[in-house]
Amino acid sequence: MKEKTKYIPIPSRSILPERDAARDPVLECVNLGITLGGIKAVEDFNFTIGRTEIAGLIGPNGAGKTTVFNLLTKVYQPTTGTILLNGRDTHGMNTMQVNKAGIARTFQNIRLFRNLSVIDNVKTAMNNEMHYNMLSAILRLPNYRREEVAAHRRALKLLSIFDMQNMADVPAGSLPYGAQRRLEIVRALATNPSLLLLDEPAAGMNPSETADLMDSIRKVHEMFQIAIVLIEHDMSLVMNICEGICVLNFGHIIAKGTPDEIQSNPAVIEAYLGRKKEA
Amino acid sequence: MIFLNFFISGISLGSIYAIIALGYTMVYGIAKMLNFAHGDVIMVGAYVCFYAVSRYGFNPFLGVVLAMAVCTLLGIIVERLAYKPLRQAPSLAVLITAIGMSYFLQNTALLLWSSNPKVFPSVIGRGAFKLFDGALSVSHITALTIGACLVIMVVLSLFISKTKLGKAMRACSEDKGAAQLMGINVNATISMTFAIGSGLAAIAGALLCSAYPTLMPTTGALPGIKAFTAAVFGGIGSIPGAFLGGLMLGVIEIFAKAYISSQLSDAVVFGVLIVVLLVKPAGLLGKMTQEKV
Repeated sequence: MKEKTKYIPIPSRSILPERDAARDPVLECVNLGITLGGIKAVEDFNFTIGRTEIAGLIGPNGAGKTTVFNLLTKVYQPTTGTILLNGRDTHGMNTMQVNKAGIARTFQNIRLFRNLSVIDNVKTAMNNEMHYNMLSAILRLPNYRREEVAAHRRALKLLSIFDMQNMADVPAGSLPYGAQRRLEIVRALATNPSLLLLDEPAAGMNPSETADLMDSIRKVHEMFQIAIVLIEHDMSLVMNICEGICVLNFGHIIAKGTPDEIQSNPAVIEAYLGRKKEA
Repeated sequence: MIFLNFFISGISLGSIYAIIALGYTMVYGIAKMLNFAHGDVIMVGAYVCFYAVSRYGFNPFLGVVLAMAVCTLLGIIVERLAYKPLRQAPSLAVLITAIGMSYFLQNTALLLWSSNPKVFPSVIGRGAFKLFDGALSVSHITALTIGACLVIMVVLSLFISKTKLGKAMRACSEDKGAAQLMGINVNATISMTFAIGSGLAAIAGALLCSAYPTLMPTTGALPGIKAFTAAVFGGIGSIPGAFLGGLMLGVIEIFAKAYISSQLSDAVVFGVLIVVLLVKPAGLLGKMTQEKV
């Protein structure tokens, strides 16, 4: 394990309410809740994350973790509460606008554009920074060439973070599983987020792949200085990488704290970690 | 030599089907709907071109450009008014709306332009290239049609593969939700797809009516259905499939007319379609949709 502090320039603990929660938050959720089919899938979700923080969102299956991501990215519109992104209320935004405002995510079940090449997946996510119109594309005017070349360079640079630049022209669907997960992270990063949501990035990975992924997440965090929230069942990953952890069960937050505090929290052990011990 | 003559007219007819089929296949690929009003957009394009050229003395090519502009706009308006409100509706509702839109366009045309057939002036005159001492005659419109189809295919393929708009279209066709979460404006992309498809329909309308110069409000219906068949034949959702399907359908139709029976030609065409779909249910170049894991 590499030393953790090396990668985290400003160790903040703003996920913890008793410390400096108010200091420059990227995201603030106040009483966030949603009712899906008569069931309160998430309720009273109060959560704050600082500018350069890595937080973990854990909980048993069906606890509402992915629902929280869907609320943050406006796949679902919340029934109650507010989401402030960089101090701006995201009420009424759709998924595209929320992405432009700075949230990017990956998916639990990989949702790459499988028939597009690896680099085209990344460039697709850069759509908003290219401004040429259809006419200059058909006539291949200089601004078309300039912007496409710039996007291509940046896409290769992003891919190189994960050592994927030599797979650029392969169809995304034919990549091995681990590489597909990494490509999803690259694609999310290409949209220039200030908050990156990773939904089970290590799902289905073996321990050595998970260790690589952990290094990559730290590297991304160090390079881009962004906030990251990750949902993960792999406790070694969560405990090693996250500064703060939030535990959900049945749609409610049952605990918040540092990895050490969470590991010794009786409610968490009962709901979640107790069952994990046998594994 | 007669065989070659038939073959060339088959390719020419097939080129028209291919251009129309592109509209069906692109819209299906991205919006996952069958736009049965597409055939009637062809008819509107042909009428606009007809009036521009015969009544207002436009240069034929300017007439085609004007028709493209009108049809592009029409495509965007139809999508905005009729299909966009049904984005979340079951596909059957969208299908019925599309059929309704088709009748709406036909009847509006009937009201505006009456049912009297108009004689469409060819956009390029009625001359022909004589080859092999006159044994093989290729009319100018035939040559123009084949050329136009090739140019459209090449430009469209480059557009789809090399530009951000094309990539956004492909991304939307695979996963609209993920595309939108990556900052792509899905609604604008769907609008653009309708715009491109309808603009191409205007070209197809002008070419079709130059080759078969009777213009009526129902002119677009049968070629529309045939082109839809061509799109299914080649694998709906696939652009090379629309090209291949269109050309093959044209050739089969002309051969069936020439060597079997001109009355039975449509039956032969659809018979071949059934056989192809029995062997390859996704069409010639279509991919079987994979289940998401």
